[in-house]
Amino acid sequence: MKSFDYLRAGSTGEATGAGGAATRFIAGGTNLLDLMKLEVMTPDKLVDINRLDLKAIEETEDGGLRVGALVTNSDLAADPRVRRDYAVLSRALLSGATGQLRNMATTGGNLLQRTRCSYFYDTAMPCNKREPGSGCQAIGGYNRIHAILGASDSCIATHPSDMAVAMRALGARVEIEGTDGTRRTQDLGDFYRLPSDTPQVENALGEAELITAVILPAPVTSRQAYRKVRDRASYAFALVSVAAVVAVEEGKIARADLAFGGVAHAPWRNEAVEAILVGEAPSDALFDRAADTLLEKAKGQGSNDFKIPLLRRTLKATLRELTAEAAR
Amino acid sequence: MKTTLSINGSGHDLDLDPRVTLLDALRQHLGLTGSKKGCDHGQCGACTVLVDGRRVNACLTLAVMCEGREVTTIEGLGAPGALSSMQKAFVEHDGYQCGYCTPGQICSATAMLEEAKQGWPSYVSDDLESRPALTREEISERMSGNLCRCAAYPNIVDAIEDVAGSER
Ligand SMILES: Cc1cc2nc3c(=O)[nH]c(=O)nc-3n(C[C@H](O)[C@H](O)[C@H](O)COP(=O)(O)OP(=O)(O)OC[C@H]3O[C@@H](n4cnc5c(N)ncnc54)[C@H](O)[C@@H]3O)c2cc1C
Ligand code: SF4
Ligand code: FES
Ligand code: FES
Repeated sequence: MKSFDYLRAGSTGEATGAGGAATRFIAGGTNLLDLMKLEVMTPDKLVDINRLDLKAIEETEDGGLRVGALVTNSDLAADPRVRRDYAVLSRALLSGATGQLRNMATTGGNLLQRTRCSYFYDTAMPCNKREPGSGCQAIGGYNRIHAILGASDSCIATHPSDMAVAMRALGARVEIEGTDGTRRTQDLGDFYRLPSDTPQVENALGEAELITAVILPAPVTSRQAYRKVRDRASYAFALVSVAAVVAVEEGKIARADLAFGGVAHAPWRNEAVEAILVGEAPSDALFDRAADTLLEKAKGQGSNDFKIPLLRRTLKATLRELTAEAAR
Repeated sequence: MKTTLSINGSGHDLDLDPRVTLLDALRQHLGLTGSKKGCDHGQCGACTVLVDGRRVNACLTLAVMCEGREVTTIEGLGAPGALSSMQKAFVEHDGYQCGYCTPGQICSATAMLEEAKQGWPSYVSDDLESRPALTREEISERMSGNLCRCAAYPNIVDAIEDVAGSER
């Protein structure tokens, strides 16, 4: 590991004030330290943000929840309000990593975790994300875990978070504190960037800016599921995943908020897919039409071609599960 | 960098490079070699210790981040002649072969039972809202962060089931 200076921030202002191009905030450390040991990330300075007062889960005025950036993945998954009203989020969190890692991993750090692309991890290999302009070995190489949607000629990496996929389906917003101390919020969908020709830019966070919270809108009457398909039954990243918040009223789908993981550079959402479902009676034929739209521009890279039919089947299975009573 | 760590109830003044992980501080600087290094990347669980009562991977935490926290290692859970109930159960059920993963398994299992007592659900819990029964399937899922290269899993689950049952 490259040496660095360590500083403990006592306030958010102190944290952003200490930030800069070669500085990283450290929260749980579970992704950052892993990458620093491999020298994939080599900050000169670490600002420890763990003493900041960002650990609360509070109700918002409009009946939603404000989740502090330092709330651990364990605490969020176990919160009674989340288990009751945002089950898709609890399930997604519990499907990720391990008991130990979830005790360390934070809400902010989880959103910002880097891709698991093996070329990104291997500093002997070129990678446009790690070293802009050096090339992408995953294109035409080993790309079993890579993207089928929204990829570019520069990068075909996927975002590995389960939590973020559920938050995308729930319509979460990210709260960010800028270096001038003001806070803004941004829809999670606008927060993440597709790779285009700058895969090193992964989100809308400016230099030294701090995520302070994630805001969940008021809960909706719905059935929710997080279906994750992976190589092992436990403790593995998603090959594909579907987060779904679905409501059926009088035999018709009244709501179908859907987000997809393991398939793109960011949690994927496509409102045209949802529009096909809403107002219709659930049926396999309908679900296939929704999948056709979802996969219209899907492109396999060779070793990940299987994700295209897998995503279709996972979407259909999730929709069947959540509309089952209505279809019966 | 000067750091004071509280480990198994006693304070230790150390002068550490900020790069030193909690695991290396325990093993290299304090001679507490019960915690093991398997992968050094958060993947195997051999380094599991408790920080403020919660199980974490000591290889993915910096020692300097743990100042002011209470760290409990396998050495702090029990000692020869005064084993904890989980340590005893691992002996009784033969919950190991080579023993390398065992300290991590025992620390993890000890904290896992606490999580279950607080009603935390797991990925395999059918109902997120009610208190989960610690079935073998639940135990395996909750312990998936502790790999055992010798595959002593059946006996590890037996040991944990035993302690969970007697504490119920
Ligand atoms: C073995 C293993 C298995 C895993 N399996 C899964 C899995 O199945 N599913 C899954 O979703 N994840 C998985 N993970 C990833 C894990 O969820 C992430 O490592 C974790 O969520 C990162 O959170 P952290 O708090 O530890 O982040 P850190 O490592 O502390 O930080 C990550 C990044 O975020 C930045 N950062 C952190 N907090 C803030 C903030 N408030 N404001 C601005 N920047 C910030 C840091 O500077 C750093 O760049 C796994 C990890 C490991 C090691
Ligand atoms: S897919 Fe992206 S992260 Fe992976 S090698 Fe290509 S540029 Fe790098
Ligand atoms: S040594 Fe820490 S998890 Fe393997
Ligand atoms: S007993 Fe050998 S690794 Fe578990």
